[in-house]
Amino acid sequence: MNWSIFFEQVPDGDVAWWRMLAAGLAWTLATAVCAWVIAFGVGSVVGVARTTRWQWLVRLGNLYVEVFRNVPLIVQFFLWYFVVPGLVPALQTAVSNMDPTLFQFETAVVCLGLFTAARIAEQVRAGILSLARGQRLAAYALGLSEFQTYRHVLLPMAYRIIIPPLTSELMNLVKNTAVAYSIGLTELFFRTREMAEITFRYFEVFAVATLIYGATAFSANRLMAWVERRSAVPGYLGARR
Amino acid sequence: MESVPENAMISIRKVSKWYGAFKVLSDCSTEVKKGQVVVVCGPSGSGKSTLIKCVNALEPFQEGTITVDGTSVGDPATDLPKLRSRVGMVFQHFELFPHLSIMDNLTLAQIKVLHRDRQAALDKGLALLTRVGLRDQAAKFPGQLSGGQQQRVAIARALCMDPIAMLFDEPTSALDPEMINEVLDVMVQLAGEGMTMMCVTHEMGFARKVAHRVVFMDKGEIVEDVPSSEFFGNPEARAERARQFLSKILQH
Amino acid sequence: MGGAPLRGARLPGSAALSDLDFSVIGRSLPYLLQGLAYTIQLTVVAALGGTVFGTLLALGRLSTLTPLRMATSGYVNLMRSIPLLLVIFWFYFLVPMILQSITGAERPPQIGAARSAYITFVMFEAAYFCEIMRAGIQSVSSGQLSAALALGLTYGRAMRHIILPQAFRNMLPVLLTQTIILFQDVSLVSLLNVTDFVGAAVNIAQRDSRIIEMYSFVAVVYFALCYALSQAVKGLQRRIAVVR
Repeated sequence: MNWSIFFEQVPDGDVAWWRMLAAGLAWTLATAVCAWVIAFGVGSVVGVARTTRWQWLVRLGNLYVEVFRNVPLIVQFFLWYFVVPGLVPALQTAVSNMDPTLFQFETAVVCLGLFTAARIAEQVRAGILSLARGQRLAAYALGLSEFQTYRHVLLPMAYRIIIPPLTSELMNLVKNTAVAYSIGLTELFFRTREMAEITFRYFEVFAVATLIYGATAFSANRLMAWVERRSAVPGYLGARR
Repeated sequence: MESVPENAMISIRKVSKWYGAFKVLSDCSTEVKKGQVVVVCGPSGSGKSTLIKCVNALEPFQEGTITVDGTSVGDPATDLPKLRSRVGMVFQHFELFPHLSIMDNLTLAQIKVLHRDRQAALDKGLALLTRVGLRDQAAKFPGQLSGGQQQRVAIARALCMDPIAMLFDEPTSALDPEMINEVLDVMVQLAGEGMTMMCVTHEMGFARKVAHRVVFMDKGEIVEDVPSSEFFGNPEARAERARQFLSKILQH
Repeated sequence: MGGAPLRGARLPGSAALSDLDFSVIGRSLPYLLQGLAYTIQLTVVAALGGTVFGTLLALGRLSTLTPLRMATSGYVNLMRSIPLLLVIFWFYFLVPMILQSITGAERPPQIGAARSAYITFVMFEAAYFCEIMRAGIQSVSSGQLSAALALGLTYGRAMRHIILPQAFRNMLPVLLTQTIILFQDVSLVSLLNVTDFVGAAVNIAQRDSRIIEMYSFVAVVYFALCYALSQAVKGLQRRIAVVR
């Protein structure tokens, strides 16, 4: 077991290997954060749409979820990276003028964001539906509009209820950033493979990568636990009805 | 706008409602005049909760008309949030918003719907909270209150909107027996002040005390609609179904 | 080891819609179906193996023996916190070494990625099926176990004949949904140059420069299959709900 390789220099550069891995981790986290913003925003909108009383909106939301849930992530990556720019001429020109790394990053963010949004939409919908029907009626009875009802009554409680499954989705998102290596994004998994292949120290490299991913997952978990504590409603245990 | 009887705050005319193929309300007609207290009772499944929810358009209905202070509830052009802000409703399960403090529960709709400024809303909220006897609970959250306290706050919340009428949907059915009276006392007081009230309830003691009229429903139809003195004083003249119901209820 | 296919490959040049030629799909259908067959095989093996192993893990997690409980929890948590890609690569790398030490061979046997994938997915999915079965076991009312023990059954027999069958029936829709997810996850083996359905399509796409057509085809087929399967699971759920 040779653990000092992490401090050796990369063959064609003058940085140590650990810095390459750290840079990879930075890309992983950046991708995850940006994708989460999209996922949470789009997922909330779609989830809410599926609980309104306008059937066309419900169907549209369902369509979105079905499309993004039934195609494997790697296929979606390929679609966004190759097929979509290939079919849309305007995108084609934009992409060829773009910095390749930026294109990979943006593709990864959009792909992961929309993929995770479908799953968050499911959670948001489940959260809203789990609220007693009377809450919505009580809000209407006071004269609140549909939008006000969602904003002030339904969503605040629904979000609190779904913090555990949302935590899962956040951890899944971080794990799924590894798939971005397939389009060349130099995130952590890319760097891990690269280092393992060049130094041949597969065990040590994979072990460290495992630790880093594990630590990241643990941190995400703790972060959400903190969010849950901070948003707890007095008098309710985890916001049970 | 069709003419409505004088002083009829709530007017229900020939209302029918279906859930799919199942008819839940059949040709219901009744009215609540200004300042009147009308109690709606009947066995479960009789449609009484559904009927009262039609009054403020929480439930749609397919036939008939409902008018509240001259505004037609079923008319597509009616501004429903505006209508609902003028009619207060109290629910069986209180339905306070658990993530908001008591004060926020009381002021939310005042600020967002009536566009009152924050201080005015707070003052009104505190005043009504005091009126239902819960001034010291202002900073708490619904989850920290008992059922009876939550229901009294719910009544205060509805009153904060300065409603022209109040609808009660089985307000004491979900309460433990020792808390029923504290809520009924508030309702009796409200009636005494001349509020127009329509109450779905099993509490016949309350009905006998303050109701002007009693409406008995069974299987989606209005079977009896008589002054309360008639309903309680002259049970032999009542329909068979109503008598059966009364005899079961009044055993307590 | 596998490289990221088409990494850094440039887009297929200005492809107007009229340039698309979908007949490539028809011509390469047998090859594609071979890939699909591998995907399905791997899914089935991993689902069955994962359920069995997952159930054992679940029993371990619920056990009163602390070392067993901690070991199984540790395993499950580990599998669930690292990316599947990393697990795939771990097993691709580890399985030959383990086999070497077991058989005492001179050098690690050449297990291709296609075969180590079977072990990988059984071990990986077991962690997820474990959580599902654990929830299932806990959903069976504790009175059932008490009644079984009161009749004189051992814990093992009670589990085998009373609790697990009920748990399995309760969680069947969730297990099937997880299998559909597994079916999609299998596509990651294409990144190790394994010829699963996606891998087959990628090979054709690269060979014939028909990237758009092949990827669209793959997406449509997956969508059709997974949507149909998830609708079937929903139908099953409805029927179970009625019976209960």
